Amino acid sequence: MNITLRVWRQANAASEGRMVTYQVQDVSEDMSFLEMLDLLNEDLTVKGEEPIAFDHDCREGICGMCGVVINGTAHGRGNSPVATTTCQLHMRSFSDGATIDVEPWRAGSFPVIKDLVVDRTAFDRIIQAGGYVSVNTGSAPDAHANAVGKLKADRAFDAATCIGCGACVAACPNHSGMLFTAAKITHLAMLPQGQPERHLRIKKMLATHDAEGFGGCTNIGECAAVCPKEIPFDTISQLNRDLIASLFKRDGK
Amino acid sequence: MTTTTKAADAKKLPGADYFTLGEPVADTKAPGGPIEQKWAKRKFEAKLVNPANRRKLTVIIVGTGLAGGAAAASLGEAGYNVLNFCYQDSPRRAHSIAAQGGINAAKNYRNDNDSTFRLFYDTVKGGDYRARETNVYRLAEVSANIIDQCVAQGVPFAREYGGLLDNRSFGGVQVQRTFYARGQTGQQLLIGAYQALERQVAAGTVKMYARHEMLELIVADGKARGIVTRDMVTGEIETYFADAVVLATGGYGNVFFLSTNAMGCNVTANWRAHRKGAYFANPCYTQIHPTCIPVHGETQSKLTLMSESLRNDGRIWVPKKAEDCGKDPREIAEEDRDYYLERIYPSFGNLVPRDIASRQAKNRCDEGRGVGPAVKEYDDNGNEKMVRRGVYLDFSDAISRLGKDGVAARYGNLFDMYAQITGENPYETPMRIYPAVHYTMGGLWVDYDLSSNIPGLYVTGEANFSDHGANRLGASALMQGLADGYFVLPNTINDYLADALKFPAVDASHPAAVEALESVKGRIDKLLSINGSRTVDSFHKELGHIMWEYCGMERTEEGLKLAIAKIDELQAEFWKDVKVTGVNEDFNQTLERAGRVADFFELGRLMCVDALHRRESCGGHFRAESQTEDGEALRHDDEFLYAAAWEFTGTGEKPVLHKEDLVYEAIELKQRSYK
Ligand SMILES: Cc1cc2nc3c(=O)[nH]c(=O)nc-3n(C[C@H](O)[C@H](O)[C@H](O)COP(=O)(O)OP(=O)(O)OC[C@H]3O[C@@H](n4cnc5c(N)ncnc54)[C@H](O)[C@@H]3O)c2cc1C
Ligand code: SF4
Ligand code: FES
Repeated sequence: MNITLRVWRQANAASEGRMVTYQVQDVSEDMSFLEMLDLLNEDLTVKGEEPIAFDHDCREGICGMCGVVINGTAHGRGNSPVATTTCQLHMRSFSDGATIDVEPWRAGSFPVIKDLVVDRTAFDRIIQAGGYVSVNTGSAPDAHANAVGKLKADRAFDAATCIGCGACVAACPNHSGMLFTAAKITHLAMLPQGQPERHLRIKKMLATHDAEGFGGCTNIGECAAVCPKEIPFDTISQLNRDLIASLFKRDGK
Repeated sequence: MTTTTKAADAKKLPGADYFTLGEPVADTKAPGGPIEQKWAKRKFEAKLVNPANRRKLTVIIVGTGLAGGAAAASLGEAGYNVLNFCYQDSPRRAHSIAAQGGINAAKNYRNDNDSTFRLFYDTVKGGDYRARETNVYRLAEVSANIIDQCVAQGVPFAREYGGLLDNRSFGGVQVQRTFYARGQTGQQLLIGAYQALERQVAAGTVKMYARHEMLELIVADGKARGIVTRDMVTGEIETYFADAVVLATGGYGNVFFLSTNAMGCNVTANWRAHRKGAYFANPCYTQIHPTCIPVHGETQSKLTLMSESLRNDGRIWVPKKAEDCGKDPREIAEEDRDYYLERIYPSFGNLVPRDIASRQAKNRCDEGRGVGPAVKEYDDNGNEKMVRRGVYLDFSDAISRLGKDGVAARYGNLFDMYAQITGENPYETPMRIYPAVHYTMGGLWVDYDLSSNIPGLYVTGEANFSDHGANRLGASALMQGLADGYFVLPNTINDYLADALKFPAVDASHPAAVEALESVKGRIDKLLSINGSRTVDSFHKELGHIMWEYCGMERTEEGLKLAIAKIDELQAEFWKDVKVTGVNEDFNQTLERAGRVADFFELGRLMCVDALHRRESCGGHFRAESQTEDGEALRHDDEFLYAAAWEFTGTGEKPVLHKEDLVYEAIELKQRSYK
């Protein structure tokens, strides 16, 4: 396959970026999207041009490090028949001769570092605010001390699979980080271990979410539509229910 | 030992031209007495640091995977000042996240006769009697606590309808002791550790440095006292100081270029410490994982593993007749299929350990009975040949037994992943699998306390060598990472830190720090100034090809010598002709990769030397010269019952081999048999 790529190049956060056009030849349909970028980068390097910077690590759809906007949708969801991360998108989803636009996540809370690389540390700070169970090493009771019904366990699991990639933020017109936050809230709210801090946690995490400059959720649903892990949109309803409940709890104040 | 006998001994070892023999090395920290009491005794004897003094002590931890993240969280909770580093943008992305299958623990929740001793026994036997007995026993002993700890953190392990934890069995083991979270166990465990870590970041006990790569170790006055890092966003070269340094930097499988490791996995931290005096033990022990998606082409950047839990229900076969190999597998009659693992190993069948499953798959393809597309390969003379590198992993029996939904409930995400990568539907046609490099059992040498031979330098998780011997059983790396991070290191490092209040202060003006900083800068300048014609990746791929061909699943004396010569040549070319674009003072991924590949050359060579000198087959190290009549690995306990700890003496100089005799007191040494 031969592909025309239009890629966002930006030297750093302070400089202005622009789209640059490249031709990539001999693309096989078994290649992943990132392998196609590798191919282009090899070519650029040999020519003495600087290769395109993009984040990636596992290339298995699990570390959450990769992520770019492809033809206007996060992780190229618009081209893929199934939910995907950028590294698991394969060139068989495109046709020979296609022109493909590649851009970084765009959101004020995720400043561009270079080219397609953005800074997502705001997510870590949301977790720091309360996305955990306060248990010190060595003080845990036997694992079978609390049974967890399978249905709740499954719901906790579904929410826990969020990989923190940030596609939800990039896709949301408000640049809200609510799906990410709701996923963690729901994960811990379904488990007995998460109960003691349940109401305090939601207040603290939401306060940090807002302070980091993420927008509010207006139920548009673009986030869940691009989420590679199909985090259910109703985790946001769970978050809202827990938020309201927390208003009536002392520890939530 | 006198010098003359040493020289005579070295002569006897194969490959003696490539190294010299040094004094033996031994663990001095495990206390005497029965194996069941050693850990309790060690913990009791170790010095303590009082809580008020812990705030005055700083520990650097490089790595945020299970081993590093768990340790940073635990030491932070204990009140130490922790500086934690990783090269990704967030600690949550450490490579531990990719582990799929599960984590072992001797809980005996299944009432199937499991016990600490059995987990210990299985692990030592699985590692082909090349692991240190005392360390492995402790691993089994603390394993049960890991599950408790993770559940308390909210890790959503798989559960049964009654609400209790579910278990499954894993390759090479006949009890159900593996805890799992669908096919994403590593992710869930890592997120648990990450959350505990972020809690400490918020509490101010841990300071996190993401996108910082450690490029040098600072050894001042004989002790590890700091590191040099590069800020990967700005290019700033910085020094950090502490009372002790912990490396939890994972494995070096990426020396092969194609592997199931994340693209950034590297040996740099370990290798830099090795160059500063830390021994590197058993570098040639590589684990090859049997259930990966086969290579599809020359531009491929990595291989994807599919959890070995698939072997619980999938049946592995190839056509009996080579002429059937190109056919649609569904059209090959039952009697024309060779379920070779079930045939050769009737009692373990498809669940034989990884090294055996991998080698048998290779044998079938070498015989010309592989399946899938033929890929280009070269023989030693450089002639091109086409070989099919795949065997079938067939779920049709399981689908008739459990229904499609039943199979989907167990393996759904793996099936989806397979479909996404290959474009084939595994519910309809059998999957194709082939072995790939997956894990490295070698690493920096450590004692029972997880201390390297440099005082104050500790090494945990995949980065050390201690617990898996020559082969790692499934689901035990996650166990080791968390055991080291949550329970072992936080108890042993105190013994060292108790004296640290008396250590003289070290800062950036110390000659050792100046030297380390300058050498990092010099190396970066050198890489940027070569401005040659070949890309970093092209060198890495070529190195990987050499390693896979000659130091991969099967090794021969001839091949290894050839490999060493080829590596030397390629390395020289690298330093003359590599092209690294851009500048240091920028986000520069080419520069990052160049530094890592430079270290892979030196490591790759040492791997070959280690493989060459060990003329026996054990676990993941298969020497063609040492096999039984029916092609099984043949160990030589009389000659090689030791861990090989290598000392660095200079680039291009002969390394020194220090042998650590392996002593088995609790377990009888046996030839491993799965027949
Ligand atoms: C695909 C796959 C599946 C697996 N499945 C299983 C399984 O089912 N069960 C099992 O038990 N094991 C499994 N394993 C093995 C297991 O995942 C690893 O051995 C284990 O997670 C390693 O953990 P670690 O903490 O030692 O290192 P890692 O998780 O690799 O962490 C390394 C850390 O070091 C940092 N680092 C490295 N170098 C530097 C540097 N120079 N400077 C700064 N930071 C650095 C990285 O940023 C990272 O934070 C699997 C492995 C793979 C590849
Ligand atoms: S919710 Fe989905 S899209 Fe958002 S960070 Fe998590 S995995 Fe990515
Ligand atoms: S590179 Fe890890 S999710 Fe894509």
